[in-house]
Amino acid sequence: MPRTEQMMKQGLTLVDAINEALYQEMERDSRVVCLGEDVGLNGGVFRVTEGLQKVFGPERVIDTPLSESGIMGTAIGLAMAGMRPVPEIQFEGFMGPAFDQLVNHAARYRNRSRGSVTVPMTVRVPWGGGIHAPELHSDSPEAIYAHTPGLKVVIPSTPYDAKGLLLSAIRDPDPVVFFEPKRVYRSHREQIPEDEYTIPLGKAKVVAEGTDLTVVTWGACVHTCNEAMDHFPEDASVELIDLRTIAPLDIEAIVQSVEKTGRCVIVHEAPKTAGFGAEVATVIQERCFLHLRAPVQRVTGFDVMMPYYKLEQQYLPDAKRVEEAVLQCLAY
Amino acid sequence: MPIRTAYEGKVEFLQILDENGVLDESLAKGTLSDDDVVELYTYMVKCRAVDETAFKLQRAKRMGTYPQNKGQEAAAIGSGFAARRGVDWLVPCYRENAALWMHGQPMHYVFMYWMGDERGSQIPEGVCTLPLCVPIGTQMLHATGMAWAFKMRKEPRVCITYFGDGATSEGDFHEAMNFASAFQVPCVFFCQNNQWAISVPREQQMNSATVAQKALAYDMPTTQVDGNDLFAVYKATRDAVERARSGGGPAFIEAVTYRLADHTTADDARRYRDAQEVDAWMGKDPLIRLRKYLTAKGLWDDAKQAAADEVAKQTASEVVRSAEGITPPVATDMFDYTFESITPELETQRATMRTHSLGQRPQQAGLAAH
Repeated sequence: MPRTEQMMKQGLTLVDAINEALYQEMERDSRVVCLGEDVGLNGGVFRVTEGLQKVFGPERVIDTPLSESGIMGTAIGLAMAGMRPVPEIQFEGFMGPAFDQLVNHAARYRNRSRGSVTVPMTVRVPWGGGIHAPELHSDSPEAIYAHTPGLKVVIPSTPYDAKGLLLSAIRDPDPVVFFEPKRVYRSHREQIPEDEYTIPLGKAKVVAEGTDLTVVTWGACVHTCNEAMDHFPEDASVELIDLRTIAPLDIEAIVQSVEKTGRCVIVHEAPKTAGFGAEVATVIQERCFLHLRAPVQRVTGFDVMMPYYKLEQQYLPDAKRVEEAVLQCLAY
Repeated sequence: MPIRTAYEGKVEFLQILDENGVLDESLAKGTLSDDDVVELYTYMVKCRAVDETAFKLQRAKRMGTYPQNKGQEAAAIGSGFAARRGVDWLVPCYRENAALWMHGQPMHYVFMYWMGDERGSQIPEGVCTLPLCVPIGTQMLHATGMAWAFKMRKEPRVCITYFGDGATSEGDFHEAMNFASAFQVPCVFFCQNNQWAISVPREQQMNSATVAQKALAYDMPTTQVDGNDLFAVYKATRDAVERARSGGGPAFIEAVTYRLADHTTADDARRYRDAQEVDAWMGKDPLIRLRKYLTAKGLWDDAKQAAADEVAKQTASEVVRSAEGITPPVATDMFDYTFESITPELETQRATMRTHSLGQRPQQAGLAAH
């Protein structure tokens, strides 16, 4: 939606940035439609689609039945028939019913038909913990989808990236799962260009340059790591990498950094075992073995169910845990 | 307060050509011309021959698992004939080969698919059929989404989606029916009730008296037809398709038919169903009744049948020749359709698939010297 005075003065939140991207892309491309539970009149439970229905009408910003598989499956049909659907699954914990459609159909149609039919759609999903939400509103299932051939998995951490990555995702010829870290939906404001711009999928961002150790992370944990950066010893030069897209993974960015630093700490919210950090660690082992000066470390959620909110802060990696891992790795 | 009726529904059953080949002339009016019937019967003979050939190929280990279409030809052909080729989209399950063929999907592609070759699901330019769909009951959502796009763009196109009686137990079936109804999209739901979902009979699959009545819950026009009756299938589908095309929304058709063969070539139906039941349905074979009808009307004779059988045999041989004659797939093909543009990691895997540990070039890991 057009910018408010507050946005012009103080910048945009991540929610504002996604809303602006949707608004601009729907204006530019009549094939783009948003559909999901409560995305229309109500503007989405997080207000990400606020105001869009008023501008583009109920036929392009569609309140669907409460039906995740229905949303995903019909979005696939819309995409195959030449539209550019942007379905929303209200919370990542509700992707279960839509899993079959996403994994067995959206991801596979191009290959199944040897390119005859394709599914250019962007599935928007509020993702991750830290907002005092009920059960199944706080999970981090990104590794499952990164493990699915045919899907791209994007996780922005800032308003600037969110806008540029979402525009790329919608214009991408293949299905993209776009996880939105709800913990930072409104926690930061940033001045970002009003004109449209894109950020290529599959490209990591070096948030801070350093020479002694690389921290690799994504999503809301980028902010946790940034916070930890303030506590490192002054002579420690730490490089912080925000992957932004985990599938396809920007392997070269990781390799380039770890070859330089020889040390790496991986930080993510999802459980440890078979989490996406394991893939990052393996890539480092495969590609940077002779450069390593310490074992790769992981700071992650635990291999437990995401606790309800009274304990969620104990589960989520915090700056203190990141700091300890970095200090241990540096001292190795 | 008196109790009032909140909702009342009924399901009609339509049969035009009975199993003895006797036609109800008044119901048949305005449906198929004599020429149509001769053409479609010839098509059915061809489809049956091709289907039997696929079965033999599997037994000779020249094809993988194959689900026979035998006995369901009238359902596929009658409905396929009601849709406009190259305009309307068919969204199949895997027992509608005849409909796909009629709409331009080459039959040797279908063979290639069951021979384990993805190229069999390619769709030639201008052909409007989706690939066969293995996960049961999931494709109706795609048909609903496509039909929704046609409605959004005001295109006079319709989708017909096919599925079996078992598929109507799946959640996706109900989600598709609800979406199609809520948004009034031009989609025809065509259920081939062939009485068996592998080994589970329809009566055990559901406690509903008919499959068609499930559409009443979605306020969708619904009808049950004799699925082995070409006239009834055609009429019901044509009415549903044209109503959908003119903005009348979705519709449901239950074609009551029978799976004369096993579920697939990997199945042995003798384990779970009576020979008597199968024999009884053999008598209702859609080909037999149509031949009786054509013969009685003087449109068909033994010589014509012999000629049609010969053409069918030739056609089946050509299908086999084309499917088996295709150049083997190139191994690197498996990488090339994951995304529109190959990713760097996939490119490495493709380049090293036969030479090195996956994803590693020796020099990358510093191993080149060893």
